[in-house]
Amino acid sequence: MKVVVMGSGRIGAIIVRELVQQGHDVTVMDTSMENLRRISPTLGAKTYLGDGALEDDLRRAGIEQAQAFLAVGQGDARNAFAAQKVRFLFKVPKVVCLLYDPLRQQMYLDIGLSVVSPSKVISSMVLEAMGS
Amino acid sequence: MYIIIVGCGKVGYYLLKALTNAEHEVLAIEQDPLRHAKVVEELGSVALSGDGSEVAVLAEAGANRADVLIAVTGHDEDNLVACQVAKHRFNVKKTIALVNDPSDEPLFKSLGVDVVVSHTNTILAHVEGELSEQSLVHMMPLPRTKLRLVGIHVPPDAEVVGKPLHELVLPTNTLISLVVNRRGQAHIPAPGQLIESFDEIIIASPPEADAELEALFTRVRQ
Repeated sequence: MKVVVMGSGRIGAIIVRELVQQGHDVTVMDTSMENLRRISPTLGAKTYLGDGALEDDLRRAGIEQAQAFLAVGQGDARNAFAAQKVRFLFKVPKVVCLLYDPLRQQMYLDIGLSVVSPSKVISSMVLEAMGS
Repeated sequence: MYIIIVGCGKVGYYLLKALTNAEHEVLAIEQDPLRHAKVVEELGSVALSGDGSEVAVLAEAGANRADVLIAVTGHDEDNLVACQVAKHRFNVKKTIALVNDPSDEPLFKSLGVDVVVSHTNTILAHVEGELSEQSLVHMMPLPRTKLRLVGIHVPPDAEVVGKPLHELVLPTNTLISLVVNRRGQAHIPAPGQLIESFDEIIIASPPEADAELEALFTRVRQ
């Protein structure tokens, strides 16, 4: 499956590695060259220095051929924006969006996006580790 | 009316001033601490510091009782999300957004932002009007309809010059709304009024009527 991943931060880089190992055709885009360096050149993922909020950059990253798009960048608003653009404009069937703010999660679930919010999960892991 | 402005750069700052002067209750939300401090120093406590696309910040701003939210940051993603949060979480009746990238306009509209403003498109419309050979210029869309206002410049040798307005056969769903003559005087169109050369005819019409309208008003007299 052709997958475009926006965001090559710590989370994005792990997702990319995992997807490539599962045999998917992965393109990862990020506006920072530094972030893209997290992707090893020998991994076999394509990297693209570009902005997932811009239509032209999404096209260049191959969004029109993609079956899935993962918006896992640092900023909630950018993730939500890019995810909606890809879902409703490019009609990519599978779109997952990362939102750190759990308050906005429900709203976007209602709109029909798949939203993952790590904040709650991580905070409960921390509390559990503390033994609370 | 209670109005929240998200983004207090140039556009937001002047909106804040203008709307406050118009006796509205207005609050601006600005993320940049320096900009926020400047606004507060100059205009008093009319600005809140924070990210106006966040639920918690909008809650603090009292978005649940806001009548209008205007998002005018330099980032389309923040403008869109601020409007969506306002609409879906706080039931704000009217959301207005600036799009910095004109190609984002259809997306904003399809996602339920009530009014979408693109300065690029606004300036383009003026450039079209000033520079192009085209005599029909798109002025603005009419909200919640498929109609828009167009302006047509009547050339001196047009067939319609000297004809009364009521004799014109207009395309369906089209209304002549205003006639501005070459001396800059505006008239509400009256049936017997004669079309003069260099008139600017302002018409509410659907996009598909453009070609017919342009031909009607600019066809040269044989």
